[in-house]
Amino acid sequence: MDTIRIESLSKKYKDVTAVDSLSLTVREGELLSLLGVNGAGKTTTIKMLSCLTKPTAGDAFLHGKSICTEADTVKKMIAVSPQETAIAPGLTAKENLALIAGAYGFSKEKARAKTEEMCALFDLGSIMDKKAGKLSGGWQRRLSIAMALISEPKILFLDEPTLGLDVLARSDLWDTIRALKGRVTIVLTTHYMEEAESLSDRVAIMKDGRLLIAGTPDEIKTAAGTDKFETAFIRTVKEEQK
Amino acid sequence: MKMLTFANRCTKEILRDPLNLAFGLGFPIVLLLLLTAIQANVPVPLFEIAHLTPGVCVFGLSFITLFSATIIAKDRKSTLLQRLYTTPMRASDFILGYTLPLLPIAAAQCAITYAVALFLGLHLSVNILVAIVLILPISFLFIALGLLCGSIFTDKQVGGICGALLTNLTAWLSGTWFDLTLVGGIFEKVAYALPFVHAVEAERAVLNGDFGGIFPHLWWVLGYGVVLMTAAILLFLRQMKR
Repeated sequence: MDTIRIESLSKKYKDVTAVDSLSLTVREGELLSLLGVNGAGKTTTIKMLSCLTKPTAGDAFLHGKSICTEADTVKKMIAVSPQETAIAPGLTAKENLALIAGAYGFSKEKARAKTEEMCALFDLGSIMDKKAGKLSGGWQRRLSIAMALISEPKILFLDEPTLGLDVLARSDLWDTIRALKGRVTIVLTTHYMEEAESLSDRVAIMKDGRLLIAGTPDEIKTAAGTDKFETAFIRTVKEEQK
Repeated sequence: MKMLTFANRCTKEILRDPLNLAFGLGFPIVLLLLLTAIQANVPVPLFEIAHLTPGVCVFGLSFITLFSATIIAKDRKSTLLQRLYTTPMRASDFILGYTLPLLPIAAAQCAITYAVALFLGLHLSVNILVAIVLILPISFLFIALGLLCGSIFTDKQVGGICGALLTNLTAWLSGTWFDLTLVGGIFEKVAYALPFVHAVEAERAVLNGDFGGIFPHLWWVLGYGVVLMTAAILLFLRQMKR
């Protein structure tokens, strides 16, 4: 079953076309990576799918609900972890989790239970009472994803979740994301080839707002005639330039 | 529930910033002490405690503008607002969540200023309680101004515009530090066309037990408050949709 169905989605800012007639589907429980160089349109796509930006043309359906006409319903089933770590710095980690639970209208009891669940799932016990603004980048990013998951979303958007993290923090976060696979449909944007190859069920490569290819990492390597994913990415993007 | 959760978060963020407490409470009290000391040495009717305290209370509200503008500008910068825009929270949850916490903070600031004034010789009367209640509609104007500035400017610009320019404008154009009739001319006309002096005169009237004297000053204050709040809401909604 297709959880996300994107139909000719476009976004134009004056003379610039950020996303150009994108059509794509994501199956339930799948992890799809949007891969591309800067300006490929990955973040704009996420912003449209999460109802932050209205498309100029086209539509997308999340569990059959339109992002254009049923945004309120769509918002109840999604969660976003933005590119920059979006946390309230003056609140503790626990209070940040409670803030998001409250934003989804959870009762106090449910918010408390979900906070404890996220604390255990993301191993946040040691930082729960610390101010979020004082945490390291790795902890902030982990907290940010926990905040996205506390609302029990059916679809999770992760915009460059490991950007700026050191190797160990990135590895930890990959383990966390792997543990979510199958339970939640995830759309992830990244610059990192190894991240896309290692985590994704399918990868969609974008350039200048257009979709170049979508498939499993193996399918993309086969299409490019190489056994290295990074080489496959470069060939796909460069061939399109020609 | 969603609005209360957000309001609770805003309250914590504001009150946990030591600079907010230092400026919001400390500065008006220091001014009150300083000007009372000057009054003790060189008696000036303008600085008599019953005349001075209402002006200091209104001046203190310019820091409420700074608090509200700063928290919104910082939220916009940190992308926390973007994350919250993807939740089922509505525009009214955000606007009330930013506004409501500042009303009790304004009342507390005013009550503390009057408490200090009592130590400095202000006559204890029930009018003080009415003056503290009157600060609520007056603070609505200053909160609206903060919402508007926070929606327009960056957090750095807010520091300069609300922290320096607005506090000085409030001070000069309110008739607290000098008698506006002594300057006269265009300066006096401009001052009376703006709401700050009307806010001070309404507070002074109440403290003197002249309840009829609140008007028309309160209408000026509320009129500006409604216009500024409408502009702030429209701008906030526009940014939310964008």
